[in-house]
Amino acid sequence: MSLSLADVEKVARLARLAMNDQELQAAQVQLNNIFGLIAEMQAVDTKGVEPMSHSQDLAQRLREDVVTEPNQREAFQAVAPQVEQGLYLVPQVIE
Amino acid sequence: MQWEIVIGLEVHTQLSTNTKIFSGASTAFGAEPNTQADAVSIALPGVLPVLNKGAVERAIKFGLATGSHIAPRSVFARKNYFYPDLPKGYQISQFDLPVVGKGALTIQVEPLSGNAKPYEKTVRITRAHLEEDAGKSVHGDSQGVTGIDLNRAGTPLLEIVSEPDMSSAAEAVAYAKALHTLVRWIGICDGNMQEGSFRCDVNVSVRKPGQPLGTRREIKNLNSFKFMQQAIDYEVQWQIDTIENGGKVQQATILFNPDTGETRAMRSKEDAHDYRYFPDPDLLPLEISPEWIEQVRATLPELPQAKQARYVNDLGLSAYDASLLTASREMADFFEAALSAVPSQAKICANWMIGEVSAQLNRDGLDMAQCPITAQQLGGMLARIADGTISNSGAKDVFRTMWAEGGSADAIIEAKGLKQVSDSGAIEALVDEIIAGNAEKVAEYRSGKDKLFGFFVGLAMKASKGKANPAQLNDILKKKLEG
Repeated sequence: MSLSLADVEKVARLARLAMNDQELQAAQVQLNNIFGLIAEMQAVDTKGVEPMSHSQDLAQRLREDVVTEPNQREAFQAVAPQVEQGLYLVPQVIE
Repeated sequence: MQWEIVIGLEVHTQLSTNTKIFSGASTAFGAEPNTQADAVSIALPGVLPVLNKGAVERAIKFGLATGSHIAPRSVFARKNYFYPDLPKGYQISQFDLPVVGKGALTIQVEPLSGNAKPYEKTVRITRAHLEEDAGKSVHGDSQGVTGIDLNRAGTPLLEIVSEPDMSSAAEAVAYAKALHTLVRWIGICDGNMQEGSFRCDVNVSVRKPGQPLGTRREIKNLNSFKFMQQAIDYEVQWQIDTIENGGKVQQATILFNPDTGETRAMRSKEDAHDYRYFPDPDLLPLEISPEWIEQVRATLPELPQAKQARYVNDLGLSAYDASLLTASREMADFFEAALSAVPSQAKICANWMIGEVSAQLNRDGLDMAQCPITAQQLGGMLARIADGTISNSGAKDVFRTMWAEGGSADAIIEAKGLKQVSDSGAIEALVDEIIAGNAEKVAEYRSGKDKLFGFFVGLAMKASKGKANPAQLNDILKKKLEG
């Protein structure tokens, strides 16, 4: 599998990355190299091997359902670009 | 030619945990904006999610209650999209390995029109997965900006996905209601639809029988059963009209406007559904041992369907009564507690619950949990009906007083002198007097005017100030009249 320039443009848009033509072409080469690597790995016979979803062979540790976090709104909002009446402000969202 | 309607539901239930799914911030509803938005909720760099055991437990409960497969190992994945109420740029959800797999829910469907009879149907559950809720956008006064409240961000959700097994609005609503009852019954969700604790997305398509599935449109975020029915009815008609007029249904996400009763497509997002899921490297696989499942199973209450079966088989109630009595856990608990005072009077107890108690709650705009009388009070009154101390009409009087002023049945019966006269000597004396004083009518009765019996009952009741035991009075009167 190899990515077309249009594929790269789409991925960049989905990731909200602004890229010029030169950057898109460079990214295309790099991504296709990665796909080459993946193709090599795909060729390995993995029949009977359980797919991993994490690099560590451990299970998730669970937390008791108890409130531990105090209200730190003031501290968090002190470093926010814009706040009003306790709300974080962002450029208007149009639905 | 008829059209066939195909409906599947995705229901987001907010789990009733104290804290968020991946952090120890409170989930209490209605707090000041962002006072419950901790570092994880607002996605400060470097923070890591730690899974809430209480959320997993609730997912297990749901799996057990629907006979679903509970995955011994499930995986959290990132669902990537950009929106200001989702500060990480992805929602942690589950994708190909959800915590709850295939199951089923059996529902009672009340057809909405015609003379069709209620029927039972089993809806298959495809899966249920854990995920985090997003924050809320607040479109306030300031021009050009939107306010973001992240208190809700990270609230645990169980998204319950059904197979497209429903073929009418009535079936979809019955399924949603059954699910709503169930999640409250097993205590995993408060079911508060106004507060968004139970939100339904409905996938609707139409086809000719035997044809492959039509293109579906998804009605988002329905938060009332009434709106769900209206939205489905409108949408089905719209799709049929569109196709019959030579058009084509395009896959879309749509919203229902309760003011106009219409559905309309949301601005189509060019890249919608390109979420680029991948396993979240911040979270290890979730493992659920058989021992844990058994521990959770031991905490499950008797489920609505099991209760209904027991009410029918052991208590001799009708299926209809049994379904009304198990409409909520509060209702069933109240019924059973009241019944414990009069174990042999299930039918009378059921009649009072479904009749007077429900009607009075309705009139006062209360739900079962707010009922002003206790099950013990009701049970005490039923015991006095059962042992003949009070008549049915006397009981209604007792009930009204109990409801308005409180007090035990015995105290009210005493205070109001409602004890019925079951002394046959006293009733006989009373009947004798009436027969003596109405010789003409007695003669008419004896010559075949049976209808007059009611007239005598009325007189006798009046003479006893309504306190005569009706069954006894009837017997004695009949005997004496026939002379």
